[in-house]
Amino acid sequence: MARRKKPVNIEKVHVKKSKGKHINGSLAGDICIFILLALLGIFMIFPLYYSIIQSFKPISELFVFPPKLYVVAPTGENFSNLFKVAGNLWVPFSRYVFNSVFITIVITVLHVFVCCCCAYCLSKCRFPGYNFLNQLIVTALLFTSTATWIMQFVVMAKMGMINTYWALILPNVATSMGLYLMRQNMSTINDSIIDAAKVDGAGAFRTCWQVVIPNQKPAIATLIIFVFQAAWNVQGGALVYEEDLKTLPTIMSQIAAAGIARQGIIYASAVVLMIPPLVIFLIAQSNVMETMANSGMKD
Amino acid sequence: MAKVKTETEKKPKPINTQSKWAYTWHLVKRNQACYWMMLPFFALFTIFTVVPVVMSFPLGLTSFNLVQFPKFIGLQNFYSLFVNDDIFLIAIKNTLIFAIFTGPFSYVLSFLLAWLINEMNPFFKVFFTFVFYAPSMTPSAFVIWQLVFSGDSYGYLNSVLLDLGILTQAAQWLTDTTYMMTVVIIVQLWTSMGAGFLALRAGFQGIDASLYEAGAIEGIQNRFQELFTITIPAMGPSLLFAAVLAISGAFTVGGVGASLCGLPSTNYAVHTVMNHAQDYGSIRYEMGYASAICMVLFVVMLIFNKLIRNVLSKYTD
Repeated sequence: MARRKKPVNIEKVHVKKSKGKHINGSLAGDICIFILLALLGIFMIFPLYYSIIQSFKPISELFVFPPKLYVVAPTGENFSNLFKVAGNLWVPFSRYVFNSVFITIVITVLHVFVCCCCAYCLSKCRFPGYNFLNQLIVTALLFTSTATWIMQFVVMAKMGMINTYWALILPNVATSMGLYLMRQNMSTINDSIIDAAKVDGAGAFRTCWQVVIPNQKPAIATLIIFVFQAAWNVQGGALVYEEDLKTLPTIMSQIAAAGIARQGIIYASAVVLMIPPLVIFLIAQSNVMETMANSGMKD
Repeated sequence: MAKVKTETEKKPKPINTQSKWAYTWHLVKRNQACYWMMLPFFALFTIFTVVPVVMSFPLGLTSFNLVQFPKFIGLQNFYSLFVNDDIFLIAIKNTLIFAIFTGPFSYVLSFLLAWLINEMNPFFKVFFTFVFYAPSMTPSAFVIWQLVFSGDSYGYLNSVLLDLGILTQAAQWLTDTTYMMTVVIIVQLWTSMGAGFLALRAGFQGIDASLYEAGAIEGIQNRFQELFTITIPAMGPSLLFAAVLAISGAFTVGGVGASLCGLPSTNYAVHTVMNHAQDYGSIRYEMGYASAICMVLFVVMLIFNKLIRNVLSKYTD
């Protein structure tokens, strides 16, 4: 009984306590950091800002040289022109939108599922072949070749995937970058929770999805941002040639390829294509930022 | 690290310690669930990455123009590369300069920025993460720099410097060999903060909050102490991930230089190994030679990766 007197109130020990913020650090320091970040941020946000204002410029302002950094008479003309052109295509425009949305969702879901399963094993299980597979992933990350795509095409042609959705989806599902990102983040998880889950009778799969993954929100959010962005920009190129299967970026670049007469449309289509990844980015990031991680261990 | 069993053993069988193979087989059986979980990834990874990559290795030993069947010519490509191809040697020199300047700088810069952003409150965390990741989401964002460094007096940089009287005539930032390297390094640094930065943000976000609380109780005074005693040691794996990305990013530079200064650039002043491979691969269609170039680059990257892993493992867990 004597041992369970009154526990020290940890809340009172803290100098400051604010949600999602560091305990150490002064207000003056915060302000300095803010100013520094804001100054550097102007450089980073500039191209985004520039593409957006370019897309709202009327034709008379687009060709002014040197380009102005603001719009005198903003207009939605470029966007309405874009959709006018898009409405006159061989295949209904909605088909391209459907293709892109479908491919992006399938790739993102499969990618996250497959990478998380695999990353859990590569970081937390010791099995024969563990070292070899880990080395393989890092080595694959470093390999870049201008010739690989030829062989990739050959492989897909042999499997009869050319000109199907598979050709757009499957090569993007298993990437070494996504796996390595998850593997590295999962390896920071405390072994004791996994042992605890095992004692409770959870198998590898359940441990992965019910114990490890809920603790990996920041990493998953990052993974989703990466894969969504990559999947949304899948161009198809030589892999599909039927108009029905082409994706939104492909058709946007075809519309934009009409040259200088469509200068405004080029910017408008770039802005339209940017919106979904931006939205996903903001959703994913703001979900993560609400809470800081904790190990899931309650003493 | 403790060995984690993934399946509870129902009937503990006596392990045959006599034979290494029998023991390995025992481990394989015990970790069966793991292999099933990894199967989807590695099946797809093998088909779409490993097989094509392994198939493209032998191309380096051939003469291949994409039309005729590859013709085996032994090590002749590598011989030509190092003995006959002066431009390749320039490209190697440029690539090393780029790698040494942009690799470590972008790595440290993205780490510092990720850290500074982490000190902000939740709203500004999202806001600044967005701002600094924005160039990676804007297609061909660096085209903007063409306006800045444009060679005539209308280029933003030129007009500012002319107005201030620092320059007396417009400088050819993108075609004068004295400036090209610096300009491309700056733009490269600016664009290179993408995936690595975001991964480091996730790394910071993933650190156990109770570590900081413990640190505060233990008497940590300021942010810097916190950074070195808690944050960096806890972030080892993320740092390693960003390092691998930085290495592969630094050695495969070429896109920025090619779109700002053209391919090939004046006097090959910003010609990199990757540009060289693109030149042979997608302009001259000498795929065999291009593959040989990529092989050399790959070996160099592997060596650097090994070195940097050794260095990082000393500072992190």
